[in-house]
Amino acid sequence: MSSRDSESQVFTPRPALPPPPRTVGLAGWARQNLFSSIPNTLLTLLSAYLVWVLVPPVIDWAILSANFFGDSNDACTGEGACWVFIGQRLNFFIYGFYPDPERWRVNTVFILLALALVPQFFPMVPAKVRTWLGVFALTLYPVLAAVLLMGGLFGLPFIETSKWGGLMLTLVLSYVGIVVSLPVGTLLALGRRSGMPIIRTICVLFIELWRGVPLISVLFMASVMLPLFLPDGVNFDKLLRALIGISMFWSAYMAEVVRGGLQGIPKGQYEAAAALGLGYWKATLLVTLPQALKLVIPGIVNTFIALFKDTTLVLIIGLFDILGAVQSAIVDPAWGHVAIEGYVFAALCFWVFCFGMSQYSQGLERKLHTGHKR
Amino acid sequence: MSISIDKQDPSGRTDGQRIGHEVGAEAMIQITDMNKWYGSFHVLRDINLTVHKGERIVVCGPSGSGKSTMIRCVNRLEEHQTGTVVVDGIELTEDIKKIDAIRREVGMVFQHFNLFPHLTVLENCVLSPIWVRKEPRRQAEERAMSLLERVKIPEQAKKYPGQLSGGQQQRVAIARALCMNPKLMLFDEPTSALDPEMIKEVLDVMVQLAESGMTMVCVTHEMGFAKTVADRVVFMDSGQVVEQAAPSEFFSNPKSDRTRLFLSQILKH
Repeated sequence: MSSRDSESQVFTPRPALPPPPRTVGLAGWARQNLFSSIPNTLLTLLSAYLVWVLVPPVIDWAILSANFFGDSNDACTGEGACWVFIGQRLNFFIYGFYPDPERWRVNTVFILLALALVPQFFPMVPAKVRTWLGVFALTLYPVLAAVLLMGGLFGLPFIETSKWGGLMLTLVLSYVGIVVSLPVGTLLALGRRSGMPIIRTICVLFIELWRGVPLISVLFMASVMLPLFLPDGVNFDKLLRALIGISMFWSAYMAEVVRGGLQGIPKGQYEAAAALGLGYWKATLLVTLPQALKLVIPGIVNTFIALFKDTTLVLIIGLFDILGAVQSAIVDPAWGHVAIEGYVFAALCFWVFCFGMSQYSQGLERKLHTGHKR
Repeated sequence: MSISIDKQDPSGRTDGQRIGHEVGAEAMIQITDMNKWYGSFHVLRDINLTVHKGERIVVCGPSGSGKSTMIRCVNRLEEHQTGTVVVDGIELTEDIKKIDAIRREVGMVFQHFNLFPHLTVLENCVLSPIWVRKEPRRQAEERAMSLLERVKIPEQAKKYPGQLSGGQQQRVAIARALCMNPKLMLFDEPTSALDPEMIKEVLDVMVQLAESGMTMVCVTHEMGFAKTVADRVVFMDSGQVVEQAAPSEFFSNPKSDRTRLFLSQILKH
């Protein structure tokens, strides 16, 4: 009121100043993160000591005194790791007992998978191309891969699934598990939230049944018990039974992850979609589900990673995944003590795939982040 | 027991500053003896309300009086238990086809905007025209752009809702509803979640919409808006329509003591 009478003041925001030098740069970073307090400083020094003690011997074992070249145990003369063993048995670790002349089929399947998935990591590939590759990976590819691996069609010799093994088997199990569990899990999650009592009850029963038993017992049931209940002469493939068991088991887990996402969507989103005249399926597919899936990407990928690692459990029903292949190779008397090398190799293989999935999911999260507020 | 005073003659209510317009004789909304319960709680009691084509109604009242619930019954976001609701000649029943038919013709704007955060402003606007009205994308986008110009934010079309201010988001929400070419617009407290500086930009758009002859039902506490735009003010309390009258009459000569108390509370400042 009185400002009218006096001279009116012009409001000018103060100019932004640079932060104090103590808080920026390497010194600032170290002060904030490493030496901010006495306990923090002690922890920093302790960690530095541990790194000093532990890292050099590991490097020495794995690289400096390791043997890389040769064709038998005799080549392993050094104190360090015997990587010759891995090199010599690599084909077994990758293909299992898949017959040698037919391994090009496995390679083709690997290459197709890489062609479909690797471009997803690179933003410079046009979005349309990536979408189509993704669609290919989820639809045509599994069929193509099944025909190629199994054979018996188009003049390809039939290869029994009992001959499949190694990394190839791990990838088959986890790829099928992932490709089946996400859509089936999503449908189960929607069904569990459905207003229709029958659908809801079926979905709840399914989820709670599969989630309530350990994967090991599912695999046992599939491989040992199921054949007892089937009439004589009816027998399905052991791998197929394991695949169904794994897919159903993880679908139940996935359903709960997706349901968590659906519950995180504000009611207003459902109402706005309804008010615009979108029916249930359109509202779900266009509005709520994309948001829900985006919300639970960490949970979904977490489930994928757990699925990928748990494929090793097929070992107990006599399928040799990569860990099984390594385990059977390290007891070979032709080689010395190569257990550590074998397990390190298996662990590295798992780590590469799991880390890849984790990186992809983080990239996806960044890409789908559309603003600060929800 | 109905306390509603349903004035069937909406003409002759304009005072000097108000926007002149045509009010049709046909009813756009006809609510008769509507009751609604949440469990055993009786939220809406014997609501009778008629809204004519081209009419602008402002619904006000204290919180918890059932105003939002009432307008949400008009497009079946809430279900009423007894009585009838007829919108544009179609009675609202369990029939999902009728509900969809009504929702296609009724636009709604929410207090919290409820834009779809994973879609850009333009995608928000064209989603329903493309998927519900089956319009070609190009045509839907052209119309959406012209509506975004009308609400004065065409430059934000490619942004995501999370990057806009509250006032901008609400204007997008209005444009999104208008993209369906609705015959009726419902506003559920459109300015309640906004900063004071943003309320005006949204109200300006609503006034402009009223000038174009749109039938509007607005739940709002903006009494200035009610005075300039409304043909009729409906006052609700305890799930009942206490009083409805032209704004000049409503503000200067309220009939019910409850209305008088309410007006004295909100007009004091």
